[in-house]
Amino acid sequence: MKYEAVIGLEVHVQIKTRSKMFTRVAAGYGQPPNTLTDPVVLALPGVLPVMNKAALDAIIKTGLMLGCDIAPICKWDRKNYFYPDSPKNYQITQAAQPICLNGAVEIELPGPSRNIQGEHKTIALTRIHLEEDVGKLNHEAFDSLVDYNRAGTPLMELVTEPVIKSADEAYAFLTSLRATIVYGGISDCDMEKGQMRCDANISIRPVGQKELGTKVELKNLNSISYVRDGIAHEIKRQIAVVENGGVIVQETRDFDGQAGTSKSLRNKENAHDYRYFPDPDLMPVKVDEAWKARLLAECPEQPFTKQTRFQTVYQLPYTLTSALVWDHTLAAFFEEAVQLAGASKAQSVGNWVVNDLQRELGAAKLELADSKIRPGHVAELVKLIDAGTLLANAAKEVFIDMAGTGEMPAAIVARKGLAAVPTDTAELETWCRAALLADAKAVAEFKGGKDTAINAFKGPVMKASKGKANPKLVDETLRRLLAEG
Amino acid sequence: MSASKPFASFFTVIDTPLFYKSIAELADALAAGTTTSVALTQAIIERTLAVEERVKAFNSYDTTDALAQAAASDARRAAGQVLSPLDGIPIGIKDVIAVTGQPLTASSKMLANFVSPYDASVTQKLKKAGAVIWGRLNLDEFAMGSSTENSAFHTTRNPYNLDCVPGGSSGGSAAALAAGEAIATLGSDTGGSIRQPAALCGVVGLKPTYGLVSRFGLIAFASSLDQIGPFTRTVEDAAILLQSIVGHDEHDSTSVKTEIPDYRAALKEKKGPWRIGIPKEYFAEGLDPEVAAAVEKAVSFYEKMGCEIKNVSLPHTEYGVGVYYIIATAECSSNLSRYDGIRYGHRSAEANDVVDLYFKSRAEGFGAEVKRRIILGTYVLSSGYYDAYYLRAQKVRTLIRQDFLNAYNEVDAIITPTAPTPAFKRGAKADPLAMYLCDVYTIGVNLAGLPGISVPCGFSSSGLPIGMQLIGQPFKEADLLAIANAYDSAHDWSRRTPKL
Repeated sequence: MKYEAVIGLEVHVQIKTRSKMFTRVAAGYGQPPNTLTDPVVLALPGVLPVMNKAALDAIIKTGLMLGCDIAPICKWDRKNYFYPDSPKNYQITQAAQPICLNGAVEIELPGPSRNIQGEHKTIALTRIHLEEDVGKLNHEAFDSLVDYNRAGTPLMELVTEPVIKSADEAYAFLTSLRATIVYGGISDCDMEKGQMRCDANISIRPVGQKELGTKVELKNLNSISYVRDGIAHEIKRQIAVVENGGVIVQETRDFDGQAGTSKSLRNKENAHDYRYFPDPDLMPVKVDEAWKARLLAECPEQPFTKQTRFQTVYQLPYTLTSALVWDHTLAAFFEEAVQLAGASKAQSVGNWVVNDLQRELGAAKLELADSKIRPGHVAELVKLIDAGTLLANAAKEVFIDMAGTGEMPAAIVARKGLAAVPTDTAELETWCRAALLADAKAVAEFKGGKDTAINAFKGPVMKASKGKANPKLVDETLRRLLAEG
Repeated sequence: MSASKPFASFFTVIDTPLFYKSIAELADALAAGTTTSVALTQAIIERTLAVEERVKAFNSYDTTDALAQAAASDARRAAGQVLSPLDGIPIGIKDVIAVTGQPLTASSKMLANFVSPYDASVTQKLKKAGAVIWGRLNLDEFAMGSSTENSAFHTTRNPYNLDCVPGGSSGGSAAALAAGEAIATLGSDTGGSIRQPAALCGVVGLKPTYGLVSRFGLIAFASSLDQIGPFTRTVEDAAILLQSIVGHDEHDSTSVKTEIPDYRAALKEKKGPWRIGIPKEYFAEGLDPEVAAAVEKAVSFYEKMGCEIKNVSLPHTEYGVGVYYIIATAECSSNLSRYDGIRYGHRSAEANDVVDLYFKSRAEGFGAEVKRRIILGTYVLSSGYYDAYYLRAQKVRTLIRQDFLNAYNEVDAIITPTAPTPAFKRGAKADPLAMYLCDVYTIGVNLAGLPGISVPCGFSSSGLPIGMQLIGQPFKEADLLAIANAYDSAHDWSRRTPKL
């Protein structure tokens, strides 16, 4: 029998705000345990939450970028459960009325090859709501220690409809979602730092069956690749269970990305009754049209829109655009360099950015922002090449040099004497005449109509110029002299 | 007991000991230099040492700290930098309001050793006004009760009869004031916890409109009902103390941005006559005849001063107690979840794992009434019961508020008894339901979010104080205080003192 998978994702994203969701203490990562706390975070007797408006702005912006309906009123509920990482033993969340409803994420499935654009589709969202993150438990040999630095960090939970069909779709979904959120400045979405976390609800059913199968929740998918691997593994596991005459039980499973295995965490019988009710400490907040309009104006261009624009405006090939648009800082760098170099040199700029710049960053383990190479460097380099001043091999050397020194290309060319021989010099003409005189046979062949015979003169000319002659000029000069005599 | 004597306060003031004087009198005396904050604070400390063994109003007090604050106040005054009429006045604080460096116990074993590292917003405001923050006052554990018998530490006595309860939950705040152990105190009122003990101890108690006073730093019982308010000797003092604690607070999003009038000035400016409503539902079965008679006498006072007395109906009154015990318990079941033995508070020494730690710490740390309410609240919020209980109760709560708002189309204020009876004997109400009915007249005010004040209006034949309740319109404390002051300033009930 053939089976199809039905997958829904729940994605948690920490919102990048200066302070926590309901108090002014700083939010952050990597600080000594329990230093990012205050009486509110620790839920001391008598404290009250006050909403961080920047976090609400951020989630509304996310909703607007993803085409969600924004609720007219932001409301808060309490989700009650006991766990030591939750200081109040309830979490403030939006259960009854999420601030964002519906919406969708556009994805691109893998194409037939890297150079060919894949199929686009949209993954429908159910909701996005705002809540607060919990602390972290660290289990020692005899004790469990709790660190509340993360507790109270603004967190949005994004839930998809059960419409994802494969591990590849889930991968494409998270890639696209992450780019959109990073573009919007909502979060850095660093999964290693827990800024983005994903749980997957997976079920299978025979192709053609309408009813959904029993779903299994997969947790601890802490990289986008693990999400893909975990889902692929779970689909295989479920099919194997059913094929062997077994039944899928509703449960939560933990996926070990390194081992590629999963194990059961808990089953349905241990499900919580969260006793949701409206949080009486927080007043509902009205979100009016002017508020939404202000945030909409702040929303940046989306990755796929940018990709289409790069293809049409700059005539960039798909491969280059797909290498540029997923990293919004790289895309911005590219556009700035194109502005300086001129739109006609966009492809050349794109190649330098995607290939050489990325390679140098990788080699030096640098972020783009920390690199000494700025858009002005790339633009000047491309202009020098275009003017014939700099030849391919010399340009590569200049690029490596400026990555280390931060000097402008022209300065490096001057310092290292890398300039190609200047245009129309008598010297070039002398070398060319010498080459023609030395090979009468080839001259005859060329004049007899064998165009490639011209190549026989180029080697000696280049040799005479010690490799600095501009091949294009050499070619032009040789043709002119041959035509003359 | 004698009938009211208009303007009797002129006679009582002269020979009143320092510790029984009002804020208004002491502010004048401090300004005139006839006393100092240190002398006053010392008088309060000595009085406390003399009577506290019998009254048991306090959970703790810090005489060194209080005298240091008093000395600082005197120094400010000497430098001509008086902060407010409260500067140098010792004010007792219910032990649910946070004061930096002082215990904060909620009269619970759970927090017996907890010291607050931060100030409540009202504490901050009192400090800015120059008040001497004095003593942590006893209460029913986590403010749940009407007699202070639910304190995990000790039961506070009624200064008018040590065998009787002072009311609750702010029993310590009311008793300390009545016994001369503070010049004024702060309490909190969730269903009558300021007004009922004020009535039972013969002092003035005001519950402000929900949202007028910040709750930041008040240990939460029921968040949508809790409100901090003053206990004072006179209505004028209530106006003075209220002035210093009101106003929007950025730490409490339920505190309201509203224009704050000069409450004390309003006492003189607003002269009536007013339209005063009598809700028939509040003068029904279960009301003590002596209480009824005292309140009726107060009604005739208002009538004589030219007020229009109108019968009004609050038809959903009978659902008040039921609705209250759904909403208040639901909220408390969640609010008290934080007391788990993990970060602070009582932690069981017997626990084997984390779940066991929760069970044992909470079983050992909480008293019977607190557990009862957590269980009730957990039940009404449970999946499958939420709609039938919590949601329904919220709807009825809206109807109760609408009852009052309808009545205010016809009247400026509503007059009722504060409590059905004067103070009762300790141990007399062992049945929780009988105890819950102590709040039958006060609960509606919290559910509707309205301001209410209890003003002494007589004594029972056995010498116990009787209080009447005046209920005002939202954020119209100035009018409510003026109406109450018209009566209080013409009678001396609130200036009587117990024989201790």
